[in-house]
Amino acid sequence: MKDKIRIASGQGFWGDLPEAPVQQVTKGDVDYLVMDYLAEVTMSILQKQKNRNPNLGYARDLPELMKKILSICLKKNIKVITNGGGVNPADCADEILKHAVDLGIEKLKIAVVLGDDIHDRLDELVEAGIELNNMETGESIKSVKHKILSANVYFGAMPIVEALSNGADIVITGRTTDTGLTLAPMIYEFDWDEKDYDLMAVGTVAGHILECGAQSTGGNFLGDWQSVENMAEIGFPIAEAFPNGEVIITKHENTGGKVSYETVAEQLIYEIGDPTDYITPDCVADFTSIKLEDLGNNRVKVYNVKGKPETEFYKVSCSYEDGYSAVGSLTYSWPQALSKAKAADMILRKRLYNLGLQFDEIRTEFIGYNATHESLAKVIDEDDINEIVLRVAVRSHDRDAVKRFGQQIAPLILTGPPSVTGFAGGRPKPSDVVAYWPALIPKKLVTPKVKILNLS
Amino acid sequence: MKIKLIDIAHGRSGDKGDAANIGIIAYNDKGYEIIKKHLTAERVKEHFIGICKGNVDRYELPNIRALNFMLHNTLGGGGTVSLKHDAQGKTLAAALLRMELDI
Repeated sequence: MKDKIRIASGQGFWGDLPEAPVQQVTKGDVDYLVMDYLAEVTMSILQKQKNRNPNLGYARDLPELMKKILSICLKKNIKVITNGGGVNPADCADEILKHAVDLGIEKLKIAVVLGDDIHDRLDELVEAGIELNNMETGESIKSVKHKILSANVYFGAMPIVEALSNGADIVITGRTTDTGLTLAPMIYEFDWDEKDYDLMAVGTVAGHILECGAQSTGGNFLGDWQSVENMAEIGFPIAEAFPNGEVIITKHENTGGKVSYETVAEQLIYEIGDPTDYITPDCVADFTSIKLEDLGNNRVKVYNVKGKPETEFYKVSCSYEDGYSAVGSLTYSWPQALSKAKAADMILRKRLYNLGLQFDEIRTEFIGYNATHESLAKVIDEDDINEIVLRVAVRSHDRDAVKRFGQQIAPLILTGPPSVTGFAGGRPKPSDVVAYWPALIPKKLVTPKVKILNLS
Repeated sequence: MKIKLIDIAHGRSGDKGDAANIGIIAYNDKGYEIIKKHLTAERVKEHFIGICKGNVDRYELPNIRALNFMLHNTLGGGGTVSLKHDAQGKTLAAALLRMELDI
């Protein structure tokens, strides 16, 4: 058994710094590269891509990235674990295999985790009495079932552990929890018992710290952000894990950013609910047990983590179509910038009203004044402020209404208040509104499957 | 005596559906005693009047000198439904740090 493993985070979301995973495998020694690509909205986007082309539905950057780093990962024996397979992990793995062949690689094992996609089983499940009620509102799924675009179960670490036990160099999953990606190599390497919930919580907490990439190494740091050096070359986090359940969060030397008590603490409280009940498929972690110790030199020790048994349910994430939206903006300059923007908003609303268009919501924000903090923003001198961006957004189930809203923005330049600009992007176009439906499903109804692809 | 929250704490915010989570972390033990006593769920609800349209839940994490707040019905529907420029509540931690506490 290894006495230590180093797990590197390469992406905090689909669209994160493309160079980050390359640097994680080249700027120092690591054993694993983990990459989280999936947000709730991402699954529906991928499902739409798969509907148009059955060979798509995965993060298309991923095979491209693997082409760049595959040779070095194999040479340095760095295993890659990612949920970038989206709604089509099998074709994603095939694409990576093709790149491997092109690169002249002769030996490669890719594991694919399947079984999370229950879209085709929804009718059968509902008929069998599985309610899939909305976890937040309690509503029955029957009201939206016909509009559902995607339905995926969140798997945990265990299917990845099975993949690693089968000798996989790369593990491609669909909807796996972000935390499971980091916990799995710890279970596998240290032979941790999956019923040792304190240890399961250790890997889960480490996963939570890694899952948003540089958010634990000085990115988006609301403490003393100006003390974070060289953000241009920010290092992504690395979890150094030990068999006894200690974890040290750090980053490669010769990178920018900062790992401190404060930067790690900010990530710990990011997007959590009840801290004593951080629920994953692997365990329920208690975030009030975690102790942090700043060891200096960009190293923070995480210890004393406690966990409880996992629940009997998997979380299901469904997405469904819920109308259309569009956003338009114009920029007004001094003098009376805010007064002009407010007048333009009133003119626009009157025109939309006169056209008889129906919207579920029209929202106006004045960027430069109160778009982020709304009523908490400080009062400003309406007449003297340098400039204001008027941002108007609409949502409707009538696509034509949203389209016609888009036609009403540019005319404000010649038919409204003066000293206005900023209409280079063309007419705002309707985009699909995708709503999200979280539910629970008994674990016994869903079985993860691990498929191995071999190049030898 | 009035204290600016931003002088004794930092934090981070994000989304969970239509709810926003705001974590506030005190820089030291004394700061934690102050926020634990004075930064109540009611005070936060009142601060975000007109923005947070649901309940505010408050949780304590004394181990990292932090409080976590869940502001329900706050993000205009959340996800891609929300028309807000800050649909994910990323700037709400800063908005809470505007608060002054009377201690």
